[in-house]
Amino acid sequence: MIYLEMNHVRKSFGDLEVLKDISLKVEEGEVLSIIGPSGSGKSTLLRCAAMLETMDGGDLTYLGEQAVTIQNGKSVYAKPAVLRKIQENFGMVFQSFHLFPHYDVMKNLCDAPIHVQKRNRAEVEAQAEELLQKMGLTGKEKAYPCQLSGGQCQRVAIARALMLNPKVLFFDEPTSALDPELTGEVLKVIKSLAEMNMTMVIVTHEMNFAREISNRVIFMDQGVIAVEGTPDEVFDSENARMQGFLGKFREK
Amino acid sequence: MKLSMILSQLSTGMAGTISIFVLTLVFSLPLGLLIAFGRMSKNRIVSGIFRLYISLMRGTPLMLQLMVVYFGPFYLFGMNIGKWRFPAIITGFALNYGAYFAEIYRSGIVSMDRGQYEAAKLLGYSKGQTFVRIILPQVVKRILPAITNEVITLVKDTSLAFSISYVEMFTIAKQIAAAKTTMVPFVAAGIFYYIFNFVVAWVMELLEKKFSYYH
Repeated sequence: MIYLEMNHVRKSFGDLEVLKDISLKVEEGEVLSIIGPSGSGKSTLLRCAAMLETMDGGDLTYLGEQAVTIQNGKSVYAKPAVLRKIQENFGMVFQSFHLFPHYDVMKNLCDAPIHVQKRNRAEVEAQAEELLQKMGLTGKEKAYPCQLSGGQCQRVAIARALMLNPKVLFFDEPTSALDPELTGEVLKVIKSLAEMNMTMVIVTHEMNFAREISNRVIFMDQGVIAVEGTPDEVFDSENARMQGFLGKFREK
Repeated sequence: MKLSMILSQLSTGMAGTISIFVLTLVFSLPLGLLIAFGRMSKNRIVSGIFRLYISLMRGTPLMLQLMVVYFGPFYLFGMNIGKWRFPAIITGFALNYGAYFAEIYRSGIVSMDRGQYEAAKLLGYSKGQTFVRIILPQVVKRILPAITNEVITLVKDTSLAFSISYVEMFTIAKQIAAAKTTMVPFVAAGIFYYIFNFVVAWVMELLEKKFSYYH
């Protein structure tokens, strides 16, 4: 089943055209990585998919439900009530976590399920305990985000997103704010999600990681998809921009 | 005139001072939040109206505003303003302080990271829930020092009620001083305001400590 589909997506900020006719599909259980130089539009694409940015053109569909349709070449969004329903299909993990600093770890995880989804508290807390254990965060229930390391914060943020049982999980450069050691522990968690067949779209600068865990990779450059395919196809591509980009990474 | 006599006369005005202080806060703190929403409205007309309101309230003397609120109904509508004095003071103070508090709220709200809104949106919080559960608690922590400043100013501003002949503590101090040609009531009044503000600052510091469990 196709979980996420976007067609002909266009997005401009003022005169700057950030996305130029981008189409992509994500199937159930698939891990899609989006790589590319800064300013290529990766994050904007992800934020359009998550409806944090309004796209100018193109459509957006989750599990067959249309969130955005094209009418006369322009994007038309569904009614707010419909969008809110569709939004339950996905969650997002941000580069700088965006945990709620005034809530402890447990409340960060449980507040939305209890007060937004109106689920049973005991059941929600049991799920939270289980997730914290998986994330290696047992014992941190009562800690506040400011008492945690960046890696721990990001793992809490991943757990928080998983609490709502999303069908698709977006990652917007989840390790870019972390040092190499902390990056490792977050990537390990994402890898374990991939092993559980979680459907994920990951914008990342971790090339080895992208190559290892993805089913498919998209290389974006200047607002278009320059190369797309299996990790091997993309990383071994003859595309000049792709080679130039990878070359800079190998030099590091 | 003995000091104890002066103090007992002043104390009859303290109730007035304290009730102006308390009631002004009770009304202006929520009012300020509403004004802040109006000022931040996406509707240009609405935000323009509140911008003008804040500009007028901050740009003219509170003493003058009190007189307008008190005498206005008489001059405009010929109303009997006999029982209107105290309500007029609270109305005038609340309208004025609401404008200042609105700008303090606004400073706190616009300083919030956009990421907090985005995270809340993706977790399904409605706009109202986002504000009440996520944004406001953090805003309150950020603006407490600025609120403290304003509350301390309010303690001293209560003396402006004399401008429409309301008898609060400072009015009495002036009367005794004039009648008995002595500075003692002014010194006593000064000490009263200082102690009052000392307590206010202490309470606000406790509040700040209460919010210091995170940063």
